[in-house]
Amino acid sequence: MAKSLFQKVWDAHNVRTLANGQTQLLIGTHLIHEVTSPQAFGMVRDLGLKVAMPHRTFATVDHIVPTDQFAEPFADPLADAMIKELRRNCAEFGITFFDRATGKQGIVHIVGPEQGITQPGTTIACGDSHTSTHGAFGAIAFGIGTTQIRDVLATQTMALGKLKVRRINVNGRLRPGVYAKDVILHIIRVLGVNGGTGYAYEYGGEVFDRFTMEERMTVCNMSIEGGARAGYVNPDETTYAYLKGRPYSPKGAAWDEAVARWRGFASDAGCTYDDVVTMDAAAIAPTVTWGINPGQGISINEKVPDPSKASGDEKSSIEEALAYMKLTPGAAIKGTKIDVAFMGSCTNGRLSDFQEVARYLKGRRVAPGVKAIAVPGSQGVGILCAELGIDRVFRDAGFEWREAGCSMCLAMNPDKLVGDQLCASSSNRNFKGRQGSPTGRTILMSPLMVAAAAVTGSVADAREVFSVSAT
Amino acid sequence: MSLAKITSVKGRGVYVAGNDIDTDRIIPARFMKCVTFDGLGEFLFYDVRKHSDGSDKPHPLNEARFKGASILLSGANFGCGSSREHAPQAIQKYGFRAVIAEGFAEIFFGNCTTLGIPCLVARREDIARIAEAVDARPDLELELDLLAREIRFGGQRVNVTIRETDRDALINGRWDAIGELLDGRGAVAETAKKLPYLAA
Repeated sequence: MAKSLFQKVWDAHNVRTLANGQTQLLIGTHLIHEVTSPQAFGMVRDLGLKVAMPHRTFATVDHIVPTDQFAEPFADPLADAMIKELRRNCAEFGITFFDRATGKQGIVHIVGPEQGITQPGTTIACGDSHTSTHGAFGAIAFGIGTTQIRDVLATQTMALGKLKVRRINVNGRLRPGVYAKDVILHIIRVLGVNGGTGYAYEYGGEVFDRFTMEERMTVCNMSIEGGARAGYVNPDETTYAYLKGRPYSPKGAAWDEAVARWRGFASDAGCTYDDVVTMDAAAIAPTVTWGINPGQGISINEKVPDPSKASGDEKSSIEEALAYMKLTPGAAIKGTKIDVAFMGSCTNGRLSDFQEVARYLKGRRVAPGVKAIAVPGSQGVGILCAELGIDRVFRDAGFEWREAGCSMCLAMNPDKLVGDQLCASSSNRNFKGRQGSPTGRTILMSPLMVAAAAVTGSVADAREVFSVSAT
Repeated sequence: MSLAKITSVKGRGVYVAGNDIDTDRIIPARFMKCVTFDGLGEFLFYDVRKHSDGSDKPHPLNEARFKGASILLSGANFGCGSSREHAPQAIQKYGFRAVIAEGFAEIFFGNCTTLGIPCLVARREDIARIAEAVDARPDLELELDLLAREIRFGGQRVNVTIRETDRDALINGRWDAIGELLDGRGAVAETAKKLPYLAA
């Protein structure tokens, strides 16, 4: 019988059925970071247990690291305690730690793929909701809580109910100046922030067939913002070409065997899905958020919703969002003044994100009064940007070029909004207070749209600002 | 490991209105700079409860009449966003024993079950009825009955739903899966053998 990738990966990792009907699912790859793991290690110790598969557990430090300071101790003693705790835990349990001194540190969802740890047909868990990123490789990847991190540390498994699968086709061609970020913001806008509850999203269609791995990662990354527990793209030649030669990729004869195995995990033609949604790529415009969740998005040329034209729940949620965002009902979003431009995160902090922006940013200047920071998602990304002179383009334009980390996506490090500053951000969440100030405001958009906002000082259409045309 | 069988929760309620209340709002990220979950309760909903100088904003959890409530009521898609278990930990450490909402984000829901916090789904109009009753009489006792899948309060009753696997885990005292997962070690080794990428 024809099966989806989700079904095949699930079956291959299904250990047994638990008493309550959930599955004990083997987790092949466990990624950990400093924020959600320390309590889990504490629980493992309290129970007198060990880490079941230290060789399948990989750590990095990303959330709390300052991006303007490399030396330790960090100015923030809590952050300093957290990095030391992770070091101690990794040393004690024999876990590979991509620490800052290795040159391989970075956001966990950028490091896994970069190292070739993220592979098709595997299961991955990490105490971070953006773990869905790894689905770009045809892996089934789950964000989990700390008690489940304990479960995975101690048993390399977790208890989980099976998900339904929704196939999302995006067909046709994206218009110039429209990016993977716009695709996922559009999908969430259409299907809603809880439309994916109970589902894994399988992304496909002509747009995904043509996408690079980094573009696929951007889309899969934000699956959780649409309520989906996981999101993935079937592996293909693009996937294998990306993985070939990476540090943890199979080598020699093992490579050919692995590719053959990976091919077998792709969804079979004619498999059934629980739901299918089809969208037209040409209908997607550069998209920006106007509210306080990622589903509250509009195309750059649309107007902010007017609550007086809505009713019930929709009315009150628009009112709440606009009051927080200090935006005028029915006004154009284009032209809204910004204070900060943030370029980075696990959504858009990869080489191609900086590369694409650099093509257009050369010779331009960040508008006076705008604080612009560019944060590579990993030390690896930073090194490549330096080799290609990309960091120079950003610096010359007036961006601060920083060290790798999550930075202002969630502002657990010193990179924070102040007061009610408005940030044009390439990150993934525009929740109230998300970027470090309880009254700070976030507008989500693609990296090139962040650059357009940075150079004009207000929310702008990158296609106009940079004269983007078909290439 | 012996766990409590959670078949019912009795206590007073408090209604925090709103849809899509995310885990950043439940516990802002800066309070996650910690290596234990101790003390998180006091930071629950911090930025919507407190001004920057630490004084209170108008919020149901700041109202004296709702002090001691152990059942939290809210709207749709409660707990969306970040997978941080700090959110249910803060809810539990604040003193809540159960959450009733129109719907829950999935990771949050699973994290709650694992901590023995039942998350029950009720219809919007029923939540409004309970909220109204609680507002009129904050000392009203709500009784959540996981066996009968209903909430009883002030002579009324409303139906609730909860994913069956999680209801089973709660009422049978197996909501923390670690014991059962450890028991499966032999089967795990068998499954792992068939997956070449797991070879040491």
